[in-house]
Amino acid sequence: MNIWLLIALMALATFTIRYALYARANAISLPPKLERALKYSAPCVLTAIWVPAILMPKGVLDPTLANPYFIGGLVAIIIGLWKKNTLLTIAISMTCFFTYKWLQ
Amino acid sequence: MQTLSLINSKSFSNIKQFNQGVADSIPLVLGGVPFGVIFGTLAMNAGLDVWQTIGMSSIVFAGSAQFVAVGMLAAGTSLGFVIGATIIINLRHLIYAASMLPHVKHLPQKWRVPLGFLLIDEVFAATYPRYLNYPQSNNSHWHYLGVGVSFYLSWNIATIVGIFFGANIEGIGEWGLDFAMSATFIGMVMPHLINKPMIAGVLTSAVLAVVTYSLPHKIGLVIASLGGMTVGYLLEEWQNTINKNNNSTDKNTGKDTEKNLEKKAEQAS
Repeated sequence: MNIWLLIALMALATFTIRYALYARANAISLPPKLERALKYSAPCVLTAIWVPAILMPKGVLDPTLANPYFIGGLVAIIIGLWKKNTLLTIAISMTCFFTYKWLQ
Repeated sequence: MQTLSLINSKSFSNIKQFNQGVADSIPLVLGGVPFGVIFGTLAMNAGLDVWQTIGMSSIVFAGSAQFVAVGMLAAGTSLGFVIGATIIINLRHLIYAASMLPHVKHLPQKWRVPLGFLLIDEVFAATYPRYLNYPQSNNSHWHYLGVGVSFYLSWNIATIVGIFFGANIEGIGEWGLDFAMSATFIGMVMPHLINKPMIAGVLTSAVLAVVTYSLPHKIGLVIASLGGMTVGYLLEEWQNTINKNNNSTDKNTGKDTEKNLEKKAEQAS
């Protein structure tokens, strides 16, 4: 297979998807209903990424004490809900995660 | 209220926006670096040469799709299938583009082209809150650019490190640096959980993401995101309908309280 052709086509496909809406951004007006649904996009997409990352870091469901991602994630959830401060959540949960992983 | 509006109308220089973008990208860059290194190593093992590996990271710039492509190449999959997988994997970027749309429509194409190119998970995650927190700010695209450039450079440097030193830092995937991404995303999502539709949407997304995890090409991510958004939206609609019905039964009292509130707000300011 021609690798450079593959790279060019992958780049074209990727860029087209990302840029398609931007290209005609001033001509497109999204339906108000869709705009209201998009308010939920960031929290939902991010959650769809982090939940499997902490619950199944090795591909299988592992919500146990043996899983430092699960423990670190729980700490992050608690701090995040309590303090509502992103940086603080990152700092404390990462400290807990690495300490817990190191102690294991 | 006054402090809130003060914060929101605060203006920043372009450089300051850019630098803040770079700063906001740091935890996600930290989480992304091991994947870049692993990609560099894997691509070389799959038969790409040095320039092709660098080319894929710098021209395609799509982490998940790059991993899948390299895996498919190693397995001898044909070109059409790799492109098809790339399209499916990247479909979620349409959701990001649609969310960013109102914020980029005033920009000239020379901005929209690079901003579109840089629109990956982490960039959207790090810059979208900036637009929500500073709706009055008219130069947040500099923040977007700062996040994007920072991530682009780190992804490519990590790839190069993987190409040349991959064997020396073989265990980097086991270091747990990827937890930085989860910690950041959790830290970003938790402050949003302040009303029922949002909580229900996020919980739906969480359950669907686990249930659909084994589906190929990150289709599960798209299903979970759309599912969560739909539940959040429908619940909000439903709440609005109930509120409307309640208002129509005692319209006058409702209007009075609204007026009173407005007066109070005026007096307060």
